[in-house]
Amino acid sequence: MKRKLIGTLVGAAAMSMAAGQAFAQKAPAVKLSGDMVKIGVLTDMSGVYSDLGGQGSVTAAQMAIDDFKAQAKPSWKIELVYADHQNKADVGSNKAREWYDTQGVDMITDALNSGVALAVSKVTLEKKRVLIDTGAASTRLTNEDCSPNTVHYVYDTYALANGPVSVMIKQGKDTWYFLTADYAFGHSLEKDATDVIKANGGKILGGVRHPLNASDFSSFLLQAQSSKAKVVALANAGGDTINSIKAANEFGLTKNQSVVGLLTTIIDIHAVGPQATQGMMFTEGFYWNLNAETREWSRRFFGKMKKMPSMLHAGTYSAVMTYLKAVQATGTDEADVVMKQLKATTINDMFAKGGKIREDGRMIHDMYLVEVKKPAESKEPWDYYHIRKVIPASEAFQPMSLSRCPLVKK
Amino acid sequence: MSEIFGIPIQAFMGQLMLGLVNGSFYAMLSLGLAVIFGMLNIINFAHGALYMAGAMLAWMGLNYFGIGYWWSLLLAPLGVGIVGVIIERSMLQWLYKLDHLYGLLLTFGLALILEGLFRDLYGVSGLPYSIPEEFAGAYNLGFMFLPKYRAWVILASLLVCFATWFVIEKTPLGAYLRAATENPRLTQAFGINVPLMVMLTYGFGVALAGFAGVLAAPAMQVSPLMGSNLIIVVFAVVVIGGMGSILGSIVTGLGLGVIEGLTKVFYPEASSTVVFIIMAIVLLVRPAGLFGRER
Repeated sequence: MKRKLIGTLVGAAAMSMAAGQAFAQKAPAVKLSGDMVKIGVLTDMSGVYSDLGGQGSVTAAQMAIDDFKAQAKPSWKIELVYADHQNKADVGSNKAREWYDTQGVDMITDALNSGVALAVSKVTLEKKRVLIDTGAASTRLTNEDCSPNTVHYVYDTYALANGPVSVMIKQGKDTWYFLTADYAFGHSLEKDATDVIKANGGKILGGVRHPLNASDFSSFLLQAQSSKAKVVALANAGGDTINSIKAANEFGLTKNQSVVGLLTTIIDIHAVGPQATQGMMFTEGFYWNLNAETREWSRRFFGKMKKMPSMLHAGTYSAVMTYLKAVQATGTDEADVVMKQLKATTINDMFAKGGKIREDGRMIHDMYLVEVKKPAESKEPWDYYHIRKVIPASEAFQPMSLSRCPLVKK
Repeated sequence: MSEIFGIPIQAFMGQLMLGLVNGSFYAMLSLGLAVIFGMLNIINFAHGALYMAGAMLAWMGLNYFGIGYWWSLLLAPLGVGIVGVIIERSMLQWLYKLDHLYGLLLTFGLALILEGLFRDLYGVSGLPYSIPEEFAGAYNLGFMFLPKYRAWVILASLLVCFATWFVIEKTPLGAYLRAATENPRLTQAFGINVPLMVMLTYGFGVALAGFAGVLAAPAMQVSPLMGSNLIIVVFAVVVIGGMGSILGSIVTGLGLGVIEGLTKVFYPEASSTVVFIIMAIVLLVRPAGLFGRER
């Protein structure tokens, strides 16, 4: 008992010394535009993706600011603003322009919806600020349309397709059929998945392109069923994915074929329920029930939002925290300096372990191949996943050798 | 194997069947719209939102009060009908004499409010509602695998549609209703309470939407946006059938469901557009709709 007490005391003393040292090394006096750091969460507040990002992202960003203030006790002010881009690229880029020009916003985050993200990335480059995109899926953000001022933080279509495809083909499930949402995002997801399938020696038996927000998927699933493909891949998102999964169950497709969601999140699983989704496999960038650290943060998030975080929410928290630390370290909110610092940082928090921001703006971190538990295996609400494989950062994302980003020197 | 247009006849029949299922929803919803327009001259844009409310009430009944599917099938339409009666008494009744546009704008506003309310409460991803146990499983029809629940949807909607048509076209009550629309003053002079009839008609029309909502709950995701995804198509159905025509809305509802189903096989990209192409053609050839009379 006594020994334990002494141990604790020594530990505490060591910690306070370390803290003192950190204080001594503190960055130069902070010089900020507008005497504060202003962060903007630009997201879909009321449309189809508002459960994925939306108010949850705003809450996560606020949590990051509060935590940063408590930990680092900055002498400068931090402010949060947010807006609804309504999933329209023009609304999003106009809002970003207004924020940068008149509100003194230094960094924009979330920016889900690839169309919006690409537009905002252009404005950000023009105005020399920082965009840390935690919501969009398109790999174009770090390829053809890469920018020195943009970081793509959480996931992309390559990472989503890569995980389940290679594992399923190794299990002998080598014939695939696509159910694709008929717009840019769906096409991009289908293309990335097709590349990975072919590279692994799989075969595409066909596919059907359905309109966005199609309310009935039974007809498309019947076509998928008669294709006799071993795997039916859903290259769609949100409500479309949810309705596809529901119909797949109803029509007994899941008995003989595997359904793979190429962009499925815990929000979708919760909405459909584990009964209909059990056994599904897909890639996630975050899971609340991964370890003590993720559980602690996610429970705090749950306390505010009454739902568990999606990978976007956790990513937004991490992005804001990382950005604020970079400002603290460099003593400025000037985009070039902060970006340089960001790319030199190794990100270690509850979201990413050993995360690195590459030259093309891609933040690489471990991804998780998950399988949905059977309802009986689930121990508590939101306990939905078995982690089947941790995909290491170096394999999860598109290798630099395939990069089409002009910033990358080859 | 025998084929139709390069598609095996089995797959073709399967798609026809599925088209009929979707057509059943179109028929029920457009029927409600037709009844309301025919009797009240109101273009009820809140119909989609009330359909969604029907499904939501079923979900809330199950999760908060343990009310099962069958009771929901009765209670949720009743609840939606009561909401309808309140809307009619408190707002719509002042608009009958004005241009159609006012009714349309009012109901559109109501639809946005209702949707916004549920979105705020439950988010957009929707809520799960499982298929009642009686209907778990499927029939093997030889040419397709038809889930029992979908078969029930077709049956229930045909029954409801037929009953509605029968009441309005073949019973004394229906005759009073039609008279009240044709000439409200004269009908009132015969001692019939016209405002009461109109109120009940609106209540009944939206209750049909609520009923369709409960039927849809197990088959589709219960979500605040489910109504707005559907309502535009349903309006096109009403226009094609002829505004206010009861039989027209039933027949075109089912027919367009089938046509849409077949489009999903031949050219899926156009499946969300085909109904509107047909609408444009019908409006050019027969502006009053397939079953409508020119006034």
